[in-house]
Amino acid sequence: MSDVVRFLIRRLLLTIPVLLGVATLVFSLIHLVPGDPAQAMLGDGASPQDIAELRTNLGLDRPLPAQYASFLRAAIAGDLGTSFRTGQPVTRMIAERVPATAELALAAMTVAILLAIPLGIVAAVWKNTLADHAAMTFTLAGISIPNFWLGPLLAIVFAVELGWLPVSGRGTLAHLVLPAVSLGLALSAILARMTRASLLEELGELYVRAARARGASPAAAVLNHAMRNSLIPLVTIVALQFGAVLTGAVITETIFAWPGIGRLLIQSIGFRDYPMVQGCILLIAVTYVTVNLVTDILYGVLDPRIRLE
Amino acid sequence: MMRLGLAIVAIVVLSAVLAPWLLPWDPSVQDLPNRLQGPTWQHWFGLDELGRDILARVLLGARVSLLVGVVVVGVSSVAGLIIGAVSGYYGGRIDQVIGRIMDVLMAFPGMLLAIALVAVLGPSLTNVVLALAVIGWVGYARLVRGQVLRAREFEYVMAARALGAGTVRLLARHVMPTALPPVLVQATLGMAGAMLSEAALSFLGLGVQPPTPSWGTMINGGRVHLLDAPHLTIFPGLFLAVVVLGFNFLGDGLRDAIDPKK
Repeated sequence: MSDVVRFLIRRLLLTIPVLLGVATLVFSLIHLVPGDPAQAMLGDGASPQDIAELRTNLGLDRPLPAQYASFLRAAIAGDLGTSFRTGQPVTRMIAERVPATAELALAAMTVAILLAIPLGIVAAVWKNTLADHAAMTFTLAGISIPNFWLGPLLAIVFAVELGWLPVSGRGTLAHLVLPAVSLGLALSAILARMTRASLLEELGELYVRAARARGASPAAAVLNHAMRNSLIPLVTIVALQFGAVLTGAVITETIFAWPGIGRLLIQSIGFRDYPMVQGCILLIAVTYVTVNLVTDILYGVLDPRIRLE
Repeated sequence: MMRLGLAIVAIVVLSAVLAPWLLPWDPSVQDLPNRLQGPTWQHWFGLDELGRDILARVLLGARVSLLVGVVVVGVSSVAGLIIGAVSGYYGGRIDQVIGRIMDVLMAFPGMLLAIALVAVLGPSLTNVVLALAVIGWVGYARLVRGQVLRAREFEYVMAARALGAGTVRLLARHVMPTALPPVLVQATLGMAGAMLSEAALSFLGLGVQPPTPSWGTMINGGRVHLLDAPHLTIFPGLFLAVVVLGFNFLGDGLRDAIDPKK
């Protein structure tokens, strides 16, 4: 069996207990509700019959191991139960929202990469100059400014004062700009710092000096030689930050009334629609685990040293 | 940068601690006829939707935010230190079990698990602290585990073991001190993270509940008045961003200071 196949099998097998743990934790959520979850969902005015009926519908009247087994079986089959608020299947409601969240997450990551890489290159090439200090101060500010503050400020300037962009909703490319920028800025700050650090490391390597000695211009030495190698660790950082983008999307979607999973999650929390909350959390976590898995596999396939670790 | 960070943090901590004596305005007193009034010489940050002084509420909010940061970082770092040290020192099955638990907790992106926990436990300051500590210890434990794995092979640690030092003494006197500098850096950056997370949860309506002032709740409340009274949103957010920037400067500076390569 080749190294690559062994690595793939080992990595896939390692993911199974993580997914099982994630499902167990999500299953436990409804049992962490103080008191009776059915009572909490229906409110204080609910009749005992209604509470008993909801307990039966949610399966809460069955022994815990039986509930757990049913939850796992159904989750594997893609059945996450029925929304308490709308009566529709949770999976269907989430599936309707996936494109909006995927669109926002991809746009935010694009904004982040387009901002971060030039900024990181400038900071590394002109290390310890005013440009470097300015770039790094910008990145620290980017990390420190919360997106739930930046979002409304961007809306005041670009939607209300200048009237260039719509303030909320989804539909056209213009609708995507403010949410994507507000979500992508913090990520761009982290990526720019990583680009700088990674590029600085490569710029000190002999092969870059050799390229310069062979007559490559400073720009060619950076872009064609050092930058290529420094991009490898960035792939991992982008994947790791995908989780932050998904969490950030919960807030950004709430601010800009973006009809994605994050907004659905917050609305469901408000209505104590626990099956829907469990469904959204499970989907986001599984997506995150899958993205990390794919990144690890790609990284291992590209770099033989990772496979051997 | 570290000095600037230290100065920012010191000023905010002092202002928050001394707030009741510094301010002439009670943060709960309402001046309804002048509600939503912008900044004036009397009220530097203006008045909110109920005519309450925003500067007073921002400073009181700083107390809540700093309190959450200190408690979350304190609980998470102590728990992480103990669990990480046990995991790294003993290795074997204990390490594997702790490792799997950490893998599961790390499978939830960012503060999604905190959102989920607060959603089911109910919105309150205590539940916010609990939820953030539940996700917070993992980072410290991973860091400490790595340090302990390295430190237990040091010659002076092996010598102490050979001289008959017990496990607790070995860990406390010889192994753990090597892990403390990076933990200190992580704790400083963790303060920034905990304060941001608390504000985010409060912004979503899952954290501190009114009338207790929190920067997140204030920013959320100000959204309704973005057009007629943007100062409701601007000042609490500005304070939050500056404090988080201060802790980030401090954490970065500390990291550079303890980095042997520099």
